[in-house]
Amino acid sequence: MLLSLYLLTAMAEATRLSSNGTAQRGPYISVITNRTTNLLIRGTMLFGVGVFLALVLNLLQVQRNVTLFPPDVISSIFSSAWWVPPCCGTASALIGLLYPCIDRRLGEPHKLKREWSSVMRCVAVFVGINHASAKVDFANNVQLSLTLAALSVGLWWTFDRSRSGFGLGVAIALLATLATQLLVYNGVFQYTSPDFLYIRSWLPCIFFAGVITMGNIGRQLALYECKVVQEKIHQD
Amino acid sequence: MAKHRRLRQNISAAFYRHGLLCASYPVPIILFTSVSILTCCYPLLKLPLPGTGPVEFTTGAKDYSVPSHEPQGDLGERPDWYQGPPVAYIQQVLVKAAVSPWDSSLVPVDVFRSPLGRVFSLLEEIRNHVYTDRSLETLCLQVTELLPGLRRMQSILPEHGCLLVSPGNYWQNRRDLFDSDPDILKTVHQHEPKGIHTSATLKDLLFGVPGKNTGVSLYSRKRVVTYTITIALSSYDARFVASLRARLKQLHPSVNCTLREDHMVHVHFKEEIGIAELIPLVTTYIILFAYIYFSTRKIDMVKSKWGLALAAVVTVLSSLLMSVGLCTLFGLTPTLNGGSIFPYLVVVIGLENVLVLTKSVVSTPVDLEVKLRIAQGLSSESWSIMKNMATELVIILIGYFTLVPAIQEFCLFAVVGLVSDFFLQMFFFTTVLSIDIRRMELADLNRRLPAEAGMPPPPKPGPLRPREAPPPPRPSPHTITLQAPAFRNLRLPKRLRVVYFLARTRLAQRIIMVGTVIWIGILVYTDPAGLRTYLAAQVSEQSPLGEAGLPPHLGVAPVFPGGDPTSTLSVLPAPEPTPLPENQSQGHGASRPGGAPLTSPQISWGSEDEEVWRRLSFRYWPSLFSYYNITLAKRYISILPVIPVTLHLNPQEAIEMRHPQDTQHAPRSSAKTTDLQTDLTLYKVAALGLFAGVVLVLLLFCLYRVLCPRNYGQNGVQHGRRRRGDLPCDEYGYSPPVSEISPLLLRGHSMDIECLASDGMLLASCCLAGQIRVWDAQTGDCLTVIPNNGLRRSSSSGCWEHRDGWDSLTPTCEPDALMGTESRAPVFVDTDEYNEPPLRRRVTPSRPTLFGDQPDLTPLIDTNFGELPPSHTTVGFGFDFGGLVEKAYKEHEASPTMHFTAPTPPVTPAPPQRRRSLGDPPVAPPERINVSPGEWDSSVWSLELRGNLIAAGRSSGKLELWDAVEGTLRCCNEDGSSGITALAFLNNRIVAARLNGSLDFFTVDINKPLGLLQYRGPPGRASLPSSPCYSSEDVISCQLTRSVQCAHQKPITVLRAAAGRVVTGSQDHTVRVYRLEDSCCLFTLQGHSGGITAIYIDQTMVLASGGQDGAICLWDVLTGSRVSHVYGHRGDVTSLVCTNSCVISSGLDDLICIWDRSTGIKLYSIQQEVGCGSSLGVISDSLLVTGGHGCVSFWDLNYGDLLQTVYLGQNSEGQHVRQLLVLDNAAIVCDFGSELSLVYVPSVLEKLD
Repeated sequence: MLLSLYLLTAMAEATRLSSNGTAQRGPYISVITNRTTNLLIRGTMLFGVGVFLALVLNLLQVQRNVTLFPPDVISSIFSSAWWVPPCCGTASALIGLLYPCIDRRLGEPHKLKREWSSVMRCVAVFVGINHASAKVDFANNVQLSLTLAALSVGLWWTFDRSRSGFGLGVAIALLATLATQLLVYNGVFQYTSPDFLYIRSWLPCIFFAGVITMGNIGRQLALYECKVVQEKIHQD
Repeated sequence: MAKHRRLRQNISAAFYRHGLLCASYPVPIILFTSVSILTCCYPLLKLPLPGTGPVEFTTGAKDYSVPSHEPQGDLGERPDWYQGPPVAYIQQVLVKAAVSPWDSSLVPVDVFRSPLGRVFSLLEEIRNHVYTDRSLETLCLQVTELLPGLRRMQSILPEHGCLLVSPGNYWQNRRDLFDSDPDILKTVHQHEPKGIHTSATLKDLLFGVPGKNTGVSLYSRKRVVTYTITIALSSYDARFVASLRARLKQLHPSVNCTLREDHMVHVHFKEEIGIAELIPLVTTYIILFAYIYFSTRKIDMVKSKWGLALAAVVTVLSSLLMSVGLCTLFGLTPTLNGGSIFPYLVVVIGLENVLVLTKSVVSTPVDLEVKLRIAQGLSSESWSIMKNMATELVIILIGYFTLVPAIQEFCLFAVVGLVSDFFLQMFFFTTVLSIDIRRMELADLNRRLPAEAGMPPPPKPGPLRPREAPPPPRPSPHTITLQAPAFRNLRLPKRLRVVYFLARTRLAQRIIMVGTVIWIGILVYTDPAGLRTYLAAQVSEQSPLGEAGLPPHLGVAPVFPGGDPTSTLSVLPAPEPTPLPENQSQGHGASRPGGAPLTSPQISWGSEDEEVWRRLSFRYWPSLFSYYNITLAKRYISILPVIPVTLHLNPQEAIEMRHPQDTQHAPRSSAKTTDLQTDLTLYKVAALGLFAGVVLVLLLFCLYRVLCPRNYGQNGVQHGRRRRGDLPCDEYGYSPPVSEISPLLLRGHSMDIECLASDGMLLASCCLAGQIRVWDAQTGDCLTVIPNNGLRRSSSSGCWEHRDGWDSLTPTCEPDALMGTESRAPVFVDTDEYNEPPLRRRVTPSRPTLFGDQPDLTPLIDTNFGELPPSHTTVGFGFDFGGLVEKAYKEHEASPTMHFTAPTPPVTPAPPQRRRSLGDPPVAPPERINVSPGEWDSSVWSLELRGNLIAAGRSSGKLELWDAVEGTLRCCNEDGSSGITALAFLNNRIVAARLNGSLDFFTVDINKPLGLLQYRGPPGRASLPSSPCYSSEDVISCQLTRSVQCAHQKPITVLRAAAGRVVTGSQDHTVRVYRLEDSCCLFTLQGHSGGITAIYIDQTMVLASGGQDGAICLWDVLTGSRVSHVYGHRGDVTSLVCTNSCVISSGLDDLICIWDRSTGIKLYSIQQEVGCGSSLGVISDSLLVTGGHGCVSFWDLNYGDLLQTVYLGQNSEGQHVRQLLVLDNAAIVCDFGSELSLVYVPSVLEKLD
């Protein structure tokens, strides 16, 4: 997260610089203003955020077995399978790039609260939903799933409110659930206490909230690119 | 709906009154709020401090029964964790053994070898103890294998059997191994960690008493060995335990032991936060801080940004504390882990309301009183605040009905938090905001006083505060002050850029700081309890209790918060031999005269031995169980009363048990070294740290010397070509290269210049004396002088003077100049300059006065044209119009009338003329109007220039049209009598706005219509309306076509025309839009609460207006609707410019604000020097130019970076740039004082071409 924040500021700085370099545009700035490179940078940042969130949220899910000075403290951070964080990172990069792209295609730019404080709030609520799913003791799984679904839809209503965002979120959440289902069915991994066919029933809600969050971040990042591109158009 | 509206009105009115109240009595309200916060937080004192210390509960051992799972109603003081069976029952056997009597033949090893050897027989006894078919094997806690990471302890800790721990485990509970062990101490210490001891070492675990108290040391003075045998039982059988106790007591009686045996202590361990739980927590906190940062960054336009941000954070935090306090007061003790839900609560409550409040209050009109502003701001946002709050409450209510206890609790907290947050926002934050705004206005008044007086800062005291303490304008991150030059130069070398980046961000420092913090964090994390025990032990040793020769194990056990301090105090008399005089085995040791080393060891039992585990780290039990993957978090263990065992061994026995090697290292000297082992490690660590620090400092110093320039900060003086000594260099000693931008000074006016007009080619200026001068906008030559007091005309060579860069070149046209001066004839020196542009001469500025009212002799000198090589036009596109004119001329060659009627025979080959109008015949102007000189006294109030016609509006209401080149009056209109305040000249129509509010539309008719076919500017730029050109032959008449008498109620202040529209702004707070063709009023735009001071309209029909209220409105010209409305300035808006993406405004507050055009959000603002706020211009979409004290500054428009500052003259510090005009060829004309300055921006020139 810190790294991504740093990258963010670097990017903002670069955007600032690029405005100066009308006549003498340095190589660094032209890299930033270059469209594909910009896409690449955004993808990398989203990937980083995704990996980070996957690691942290996985830690939340780790059940408490050994509390005190487990001999391998650090390894518990990477307790999940090695392929989980990269998968999450790739997925979040794709989603974060897809959202602004779809916005552009549909021609209805996202207007609601486009600022970093709102994005931070969104991420915090997302982590909170994960926290609730992991740590709060619910009476039964139906209750847990319903609560999480309500929370996820509330997240969407508070931070997104676009139909495209909702549709994409639902579609991706269903796809991801299906993929997880298949993975579990083929025995790649399994849950400790599955309650919904082979997986946990709250998984779609978490996926949906994650998609909304990553989309939010992606849109905010795309804002920088928009600025740069606009500038270029004006300059040309 | 009506009810809805009424509700809304009521809410708004209530907020209004509340705002008035808050702003009127700030201090009492803040006091009241603080008191209520403190009151609500008072119940928090009762809450236990957050910590992970275990909690105890003591019951009687006699009538003990396993507590049931179901909580029962009657239990008064029973804690709620005391439910169900414990993880284990702990039975400890405390063994104290001594060789007694001690005699001199014994070696130090004897102190502990034979006592430790007895542990095996004791273990045997315990293991084999059977009480009515129950043995230890059936009762004890069976453990499986150790955790995988603890392989090295496998040989020591028990596996697959009873959890029974004793020092015998060092030797696998085998006597033969012990007997053959040559060095017991080494065996014991080989498992100790190096360096500072952590909380529960293996030695602590096995001995069961703190390492110092074991007595297993060569230098123990007491010669008593203490250790425990710890048995963990899975079920409690009172009779078995009692029989074991009886058996052991019978075997090894402790004579004077009075330990209580009827208490059972249950210890509950709280949840410990491991690193795995810490990482998500830290993440949420990071996100929280990022949220707070990004939120408070948006606070703007206030006196103290940081103060308000602090107030916002305080509001949120104290509302949370209040909610917790209130919940506690009403009996809802929080069971949730406060630290982990805290960020979510903050996010739920949010900082939005605070920001909305600030923004709304700040955007109220500045000329209102502070309390009215607060009240208005509050009431305008009241509805949205109430709506948001209601929504949040509903959401939380829904959450409450999920019936999940944790979520219900969270919701309860959130509700109370929301309500208290609302309370604090309304009372605390609003009041702070009012104080802040009041401060800002005071400071503002102080600062603006000299600016309003129009004087460079006089040392005159202001009316409110003495001038000696003027609060400097606080540079908020978005306000760029000119005084602190943030030079970001375009041509910085890359290497330097890297170094500056490092220096600017202080990267190295920060990395080192972060590294240090992480290092300390790791240190603390790896050994928090160990450090604490160590410190506590130090403290207790230095206390008076320790000095009295007490054994160290009598020290308090500070790590146990539940530890009873009275128990340690009561043991004070315990070590004294007086209570045991009848004990024969110890008595004669005391009577020995041999002194301390030979006194016999005494075994005494005090009440401190009852609970020997208290002296251990509180992590003792959790770490013991965690080795077997058993957690004690949120569970408890029951500790049974300890069984005391006293062993007295006689010296004979001790000698028998000796190992052959024991005697060899008996007389070991340097006693203190091993004793001080731990201390030495500490010293070593400290010394190493110190050394590392010194090395680091040296390294950094070297780096600094290598990387940083020697003459740090003195760079600025060394530049030889510096024009001014105080040219700003940035804070790293780097000064930008001296610019190639060199201003061209146009001198000639005797008084301050008042009006300035240009059409790109020519430049007309008028000074207070009424003199109008026409300049060539490309070269800066003065073409015509129209004096005030007569119809005289003079075309002369320029009153130009260039800066000293050119003076090395020799003048070549001296004869001309001489002839010009001597014959007092007008000389067209400019033709020479076209010839050789770099060749400039110095001409004294006094020369133009020599040219008086001379007859026009131009054709005589026109012969020069023939000799001109036309290709020598290099300076820029400005000089290149000869070819263009030629082209234009050829285009219109077909026109039947040649208007060059002048017989100019020598002009044969090349371009027929360079400047067409110069070739005009020296005929007198067709209508020479003879006016009495008195009428000329009226001053020129407005000036416009199109083609070669100058339209001048005079204070007498007269409109005059002058020929710009010849300086003849072509037409005059005296229809109106009220002074012309503003003029617009567009497509042979002139619009004049008068002081009485009327608007006159004139049409300029040329009697010879074909003359219009001549174009004199380059026709290339399509965006320019091609200006028709009037030849001097034509008879020009100016007719009043329509006069709108009451266009405005009050004087018209601004008049702008573009895109076929005429827009007027007046002091009557309205803007009117007229169509130019039929002078029909299209719209009257209302929306300002002050007189209109600035209007902008351009070809793309963008209309912006600014008023005295500091508001800026953007209008849609097609519909007449208001697009956006922002308050940006304290005081008048003095000028407005729009670009494609933003609106730039400047105000009397000397602030230039840049707004996003589509959203109306302020992007940033630039603080200008006092009095220079109004002059600004936009050169391209990303280049802004502003005037300052004798200089103009170029800014990057997109991000507000200062690009360059160009100084206009040597001695122009005192002069402000009042007007600034951007010409089409990217030149800037600005006036300061009586001079004009022409500045070319070379880079922009390149770009535009």
